[in-house]
Amino acid sequence: MPQYLISVWHDEEYEVDFSSLEAQRLGQQVGALNEKMEGAGAWVFGAGLQPASSATVLRPGPTVSMTDGPYAETKEQMGGFWVIEAADLDAALDWARQAATACEGAVELRPMQSD
Amino acid sequence: MTDDDLATIYRREVGRCTATLIRVLGDVDLAEDAVADAFAIAADRWPATGVPPNPGGWITTTARNRAIDRLRREAKRDDRHLAAHRLLEPDMDPEPTPHLDDLDDLVDVVPDDQLRLLFLCCHPALGADAQVALTLRLLGGLEVPEIARAFVVPEATIAQRLVRAKRKLRDNHAPYALPRPAQLPDRLPVVLAAIALIFTEGHTASAGDELVRVDLSREAIRLSRALAELLPDEPEAVGLLALLLLTDARRPARLAADGSMVRLADQDRSRWDRTLIAEGHDLVRACLRRDQPGPLQVQAAIAAVHADAETAVDTDWSQVVALYDQLHALQPNEVVAVNRAVAVAELRGVEAGLAALDRLDVVRLAPFQPFHATRADLLARAGHGASAVAAYDRALALTTNPVERRFLDEQRERVLADGRPEGGGPR
Repeated sequence: MPQYLISVWHDEEYEVDFSSLEAQRLGQQVGALNEKMEGAGAWVFGAGLQPASSATVLRPGPTVSMTDGPYAETKEQMGGFWVIEAADLDAALDWARQAATACEGAVELRPMQSD
Repeated sequence: MTDDDLATIYRREVGRCTATLIRVLGDVDLAEDAVADAFAIAADRWPATGVPPNPGGWITTTARNRAIDRLRREAKRDDRHLAAHRLLEPDMDPEPTPHLDDLDDLVDVVPDDQLRLLFLCCHPALGADAQVALTLRLLGGLEVPEIARAFVVPEATIAQRLVRAKRKLRDNHAPYALPRPAQLPDRLPVVLAAIALIFTEGHTASAGDELVRVDLSREAIRLSRALAELLPDEPEAVGLLALLLLTDARRPARLAADGSMVRLADQDRSRWDRTLIAEGHDLVRACLRRDQPGPLQVQAAIAAVHADAETAVDTDWSQVVALYDQLHALQPNEVVAVNRAVAVAELRGVEAGLAALDRLDVVRLAPFQPFHATRADLLARAGHGASAVAAYDRALALTTNPVERRFLDEQRERVLADGRPEGGGPR
């Protein structure tokens, strides 16, 4: 069955404050969706990410170089993702639509390479 | 058999054949090539043998057999057993040429295939440009240069658009299936919008020297007709067909002999196509009986009211305003509001029309050409010459179509000369 990446995007760098009511509310919505995905056999993996400022970039070379900060030079940052299994694009879009609603933000759906 | 006969058969059958072949072969590119092969064989053989009784079935079967031959050759060469194996079910063992008598048994032509293909081409995951190009290529059978000419863009742009769209659908495992009933309310408007876009592009080209590009309008009507036949219980699909027919009926009167644009009010209504109007009217009445109004049905009803009037003065403007009110409730946007103001001007006078325009969100409408063109016309008719010229200037700055530019330029010159556009003046 085809697999898809659903990534969750933020317009700018974000802070994670799990104690805030807002974070708890979103967390509950996402948790409910996770359970629904698992129940339907669609859930492969999913996680929320620490802010992009926590990232380190490594580049190959004679010695692998290491720099502080995220790779993408855009304001937009990936805040989390799911890997799902779905019969086809339309089924995947159904999950992506629910993901956007649960996260209250933009998500990107992208198919994984197969074969 | 003449070349015209073959062209007619091609136009009529190519979408259906491609749609069925995609289902049978499970691959868009393979289906496209196979159908092209089959039509090439037809062009070679039919002049001698005559056109078979079921040309679409002949094409579909021949195309399938060609595709299987090709896959077999490639399977030997590239060891692509799997692809070929999938097609080589015992009952589908191909013959070089189908027996004409057996065609109905051989070819499983499913009307739903065309719908599947239309929903695939107009998948909401594709951009509108890609939807339109893919629909014209696969369902209309238009070649890349034809599509490029129609949209006045380079061939390479269209070719790349098609490759990317097909690739996206394949990489994403887009299903070749009808949307579930629950998905239809989301999916159908996308298909209707794509067909409407094809029609509009043919009706008022955004670039190029001809205002009316007949082929795209006709293509859109063909697609719309097929859709309305396949989804007879979707009133908006019927509404789109009615709207396109009633709009296309005015085509013979839209351009003057010198190629300049003629406004609806000034058109020679004896040149309107009464056959198209009659069919459009029947469809609008059928929609009214069903009583599930949608934006396209209401627009068709407005076009029907215009078609009813023997002269522009006879138009039932109170009916038109009432329909625009209904349309604005269903679809609150600027285009509708501007058109409604035009109808208000006819019903209650130019100043009332201007007042209706002035109540709109002028900032949001600033980049919208019809707002300025409409405002210029109403200002001129109300005798506000200087403001009208300023509005024409703004409209002209936003107009790319040369025929429309010429029309607006002439109106502007008339206002400069005597303060009133031809045929205008408060009514």
